[in-house]
Amino acid sequence: MEIRLLADKCTICGACEAACPYDAVAMGADGPELSEECTVCGACVEACPTEAIYIAGEKASPQPEPRDAAGDVWVFAEQREGQLLDVVLELLGEGRRLASELGVSLACLLLGDSVDHLPQELIEFGADLVYVGSAPELKHYRDDLYAQVMEHAVRQHRPAILLIGGTANGRSLAPRVAARLETGLTADCTGFALDEDGNLLQTRPAFGGNLMATIRCPHHRPQMATVRPKVFPKPARQPGREGQVIALELPELVPWQRILEVVEEADTGPNLAEADIVVAGGRGLGSPENFRLVEELASVLGAAVGASRSVVDAGWVSYPHQVGQTGRTVAPKIYIACGISGAIQHIVGMQSSDVIVAINSDPDAPIFSIATYGIVGKAEEVIPALIREIKGSSSQ
Amino acid sequence: MHIVACIKQVPDPSQARIDRETGLVIREGVDKIINPYDLHALEEALRIKETKGGKVTVLSMGPASAEQVLRDAIAMGADQVILLSDRQFAGADTLATSYTLARAVARLEDVNLVICGKQAVDGDTAQVGPGMAAKLDIPHITQVRKLRELTEDKLVAEKLTDRGYEVVEVPLPAVITVVKELNEPRIPGLRGMMRAKKAEIPVWGPEDIEAEADRIGLKGSPTQVWRTFEPERHRKGEMLEGTPSEQAAALWQRLRSL
Ligand SMILES: Cc1cc2nc3c(=O)[nH]c(=O)nc-3n(C[C@H](O)[C@H](O)[C@H](O)COP(=O)(O)OP(=O)(O)OC[C@H]3O[C@@H](n4cnc5c(N)ncnc54)[C@H](O)[C@@H]3O)c2cc1C
Ligand SMILES: Nc1ncnc2c1ncn2[C@@H]1O[C@H](COP(=O)(O)O)[C@@H](O)[C@H]1O
Repeated sequence: MEIRLLADKCTICGACEAACPYDAVAMGADGPELSEECTVCGACVEACPTEAIYIAGEKASPQPEPRDAAGDVWVFAEQREGQLLDVVLELLGEGRRLASELGVSLACLLLGDSVDHLPQELIEFGADLVYVGSAPELKHYRDDLYAQVMEHAVRQHRPAILLIGGTANGRSLAPRVAARLETGLTADCTGFALDEDGNLLQTRPAFGGNLMATIRCPHHRPQMATVRPKVFPKPARQPGREGQVIALELPELVPWQRILEVVEEADTGPNLAEADIVVAGGRGLGSPENFRLVEELASVLGAAVGASRSVVDAGWVSYPHQVGQTGRTVAPKIYIACGISGAIQHIVGMQSSDVIVAINSDPDAPIFSIATYGIVGKAEEVIPALIREIKGSSSQ
Repeated sequence: MHIVACIKQVPDPSQARIDRETGLVIREGVDKIINPYDLHALEEALRIKETKGGKVTVLSMGPASAEQVLRDAIAMGADQVILLSDRQFAGADTLATSYTLARAVARLEDVNLVICGKQAVDGDTAQVGPGMAAKLDIPHITQVRKLRELTEDKLVAEKLTDRGYEVVEVPLPAVITVVKELNEPRIPGLRGMMRAKKAEIPVWGPEDIEAEADRIGLKGSPTQVWRTFEPERHRKGEMLEGTPSEQAAALWQRLRSL
């Protein structure tokens, strides 16, 4: 597959150059020239007003795997200390929808030791089948053994889709398994759909700007994706729902790693992921001192403190407070964004909040387009006024 | 010890601006820098060399312009750098990138440890480190924040988890990916900068790493960008007008009734 140009149609207008998300088009005297960074994404084709650019040829694929049209949808059922992580249930909701649309079963891959109580829970949250790999060595997550078992299970049962929670463990496991299976993996997806051939359309924010990309993996199976916690809602539990539990045949386990110590550090302050109210601050606050206003407002409201990546990078507040694609995903009842522009990487981490309040001095800031209530103003003036208002009303 | 650091050239995220009219990223005038996490990978490689002796090799795959980050690496103290650059490498997704870098590592001699950044800030996938380890069929540890013990054939490291950290031991060779807490990257000195300026940057293509043609670049990438689009922005909110006090009062009136 490659980008071609109809030179007689090209007016050298530069629309393709501006549209290229990879910075791969340079306008020469005779029209656009492509650099090595071109990925044939087609953005220039769509941007060209004179239809001078087109994509030629079907993408060559290395020995296409025999496609299992009927392959199932799988969710990796990550557990900690015998408890399922919430992201697993969230993925079951999304997986259920995809499996029903494809007319296949929804299955879970559950690894651990003494986890017999979990399959029923997975089934009640939507799984039709649960493959259980049980062994003392699998009690805690380990990259080496979990990857071996997952690869083995996939080769044996050939799912079409494999969804994995974007936890620290999931993000370590998924790329190892995908590379072993020679298949594609899309990180941190925020939405899924199916095309007419049943390929998974995987959408994620891209290119460090306000752009989304939809990724496909048409010639390889399984189609693998990771999804951050809280991106999808948790489905309702259906008590008594029935399904099948199947014991996995385990490969020979070859241990490489030794886990010498597991240390849990206590979370301080209200937990960002669970809080009902989040007050978040961005670079618009102007200084670390002004960021303290955000913390003050949060404490008056009993809220958790969030932040954009800009201020975390600047060291105003620590990384666990970062909201967004590379931080936490939150979905509180109220999210108050102070001095945050609303870049897509931030928005994907908070857009499911029930009520979004935006305080920003720029009336055109993108954050206002998703805000329930918008205040154009200086955060350093509005926040103190709001704190006075709240304190005043609670003392009445 | 032979330590390999993998560094990627990325657009400087602090310069990213959005065109208000089109909602697209403005790219003109945005500098290219070493992926910030990779600076910590390189720094750690240099520190290991300084305490244990040995050699640091730095790899980068990218267009010819990525040569600059390798010069920066020389300025910091890298002994050997290699630019993987060829039209056929272009358009690689994380699988093809993992394969290509792994092939290059396999061509080097007696590598004990490969260090990558936690993730590249342009794509943010964090997939290349573990992918490379899988291709090399050696262990990996992600999100390393501290090396506790390192010998020719064993590493004990602290890795960040979602709820704290774990102490993990692996046999070497292995791949690790590192977070910012690990160290403070050095600023290159004058001598390093002079050396960097004069250095020849060797460029390797597919033949140099004996790569299979259908496993690199766009051809070797199972994932395809099918379409790109601007996110929908549907919520039509209420704007609260007035002085800051009036705005604050109007907001609190609405929030308190929730
Ligand atoms: C791969 C990748 C991943 C990323 N992941 C994340 C992520 O997880 N989370 C995240 O947040 N970002 C992330 N980013 C960064 C993101 O693109 C933005 O750069 C970042 O969110 C911007 O932060 P900000 O809104 O605080 O700063 P800016 O974009 O600088 O916005 C500041 C805003 O404050 C307003 N302002 C100025 N003065 C005032 C004032 N006195 N009172 C009120 N408002 C004022 C301005 O009008 C502006 O809208 C990522 C980027 C990349 C490339
Ligand atoms: N093109 C590349 N050249 C060299 N190293 C890379 C390249 N791409 C990724 N890496 C390494 O892999 C890490 C993770 O990248 P990513 O998986 O793209 O987020 C980076 O921090 C680098 O250390």
